[in-house]
Amino acid sequence: MAEQERSRARAREKPEEEIEDLEIAEEKSETDLDELDDLLDEIDSVLEENAEEFVKNYVQKGGQ
Amino acid sequence: MAIRKVIGTEVEYGIAVRGDPEFNPALGSAMVVNSYPGPRVRVQWSYEEESPGRDARGFGHEGYGVSDPEGTLVNAVLGNGARLYVDHAHPEYSAPEAWDPLQAALYDKAGEVVMYRASKVASERLGHRLALYKNNSDRKGNSYGAHENYLLSRSTPFGEIIRYAMTFLVTRQIYTGSGKVGSENGRPHVDFQITQRADFFEEEVGLETTLKRPIINTRDEPHGDSTKYRRLHVIFGDANLSEVQTFLKLGATALMLAALEDGALPDPLDLVDPVKAAWSVSHDLTFRRPLELEGGSTATAVELQWRYYEWLSKYVEKELDEPVWRDVLSEWHSVLQDIETDPDKLSDRLDWAAKLRLFQRYLARDDIDWSDPKLAALDLQYHDVDPERGLYHRLAARGDIRRLFTAQQIAAAETDPPEETRAYFRGRCVTQFPDSLVAANWDSLVFDVGEPHLRRVPMLEPLRGSRDLVGPILDEVSDASELIKRLSD
Repeated sequence: MAEQERSRARAREKPEEEIEDLEIAEEKSETDLDELDDLLDEIDSVLEENAEEFVKNYVQKGGQ
Repeated sequence: MAIRKVIGTEVEYGIAVRGDPEFNPALGSAMVVNSYPGPRVRVQWSYEEESPGRDARGFGHEGYGVSDPEGTLVNAVLGNGARLYVDHAHPEYSAPEAWDPLQAALYDKAGEVVMYRASKVASERLGHRLALYKNNSDRKGNSYGAHENYLLSRSTPFGEIIRYAMTFLVTRQIYTGSGKVGSENGRPHVDFQITQRADFFEEEVGLETTLKRPIINTRDEPHGDSTKYRRLHVIFGDANLSEVQTFLKLGATALMLAALEDGALPDPLDLVDPVKAAWSVSHDLTFRRPLELEGGSTATAVELQWRYYEWLSKYVEKELDEPVWRDVLSEWHSVLQDIETDPDKLSDRLDWAAKLRLFQRYLARDDIDWSDPKLAALDLQYHDVDPERGLYHRLAARGDIRRLFTAQQIAAAETDPPEETRAYFRGRCVTQFPDSLVAANWDSLVFDVGEPHLRRVPMLEPLRGSRDLVGPILDEVSDASELIKRLSD
């Protein structure tokens, strides 16, 4: 009986922990994405104008 | 005990002049070399002692003489012991001989600063921005190299080197690649691949470096006493911006060669088709594709790298005390583990992973696909040596990519040579006797001391000419003539 309760208690605890972990993980990944979008904004400001022409004009002679 | 794995890298940089696509890249490269504002001496490079046509498998080749089709042979030796010159139509920085992989990674990084400073002066002269890229491909079928050099004993049989290095080099791509959007040179289409260079390799073993490139290059040119040394010239690798990645690449490879030389490796694991395996590894972002091995079994690149890792961790435990080798093992271990469990984590230390994370975010935010030129533009700009424009620099400045070196350490490595190798003697002479130094090679310096004959100082031992050996003499002498007298006593 007592054992059953403990195991129920564990069963209750466990999903709760997982939910908490998931929430933390989601928060973290949102922060990550925000940070990444900040980075993208920063990069946009230094990115070479006219990507297509920039890439097209980059032709190298072969080397080693 | 294996001989010291003296290491040096050589990187050819991509070159473009913004606003002038018709510029001549050979002349532009010469301008870069001539514009470098740091300590340097323009010298004649003494090619007569070089022999790029000699094959380590024991035969000679005709037609490998040094030619100068563009008429732009420009050579400088720098105060840090490096060589800065024009190779084909690219400026190239050959780092000074380094004592260990950490120092070699530092001097490789210093090369980017050399290139950046030179490009700034050249841009002012041109009136257009001359941009330099530390990458290996224009994504239109043209590649230029990033080579690694490792000192080996002459007594190590070249056949053994081929067998152990082949599988190692093919599979190490998972942590040596700098990443590339698309494929080229007739390889099957991919959106993104791990390396810049794999598409260009078509042979297993050979002497070529510009056509039909081989995974194992057999150039037998030790740049030292040829009765004692070999130099393994590794041409199958990418130029890396990440300091951790350069360190790991050089460290793991040096360890493998040291253990090979000591006979400490079990039987090699031979790939059935190394060239196809090389393409496959570079094109496989799942890291699960099996490679066929001789004997009928298969293994993934990560599994094969774990095997080398296990062999070499035992070797380090038994044979090597210096902490640097443990650091190599620890980086190696964490990279292999992350590749297996969560490759996204590698974006803080591997160039391909940093690019991939960034590109995936652009794809999502801008709702574009892999064929959008924006991704190709980002790919190229990742490699720009300008710290304002280069995306590697932007990521590193934000702390998104780990660094190993401080700005002060890199600045010191730009002007001061390594103290443990002959690069010390070369670099000190550049700084101290710039007007007397007339010619140079990796294994000699030639001085004009006002006598009827030029005086050549041979440097056939890569570990002689260190600070311990020649520092006191260099501190005492006041000119090159006195130096020559002291050295001949």
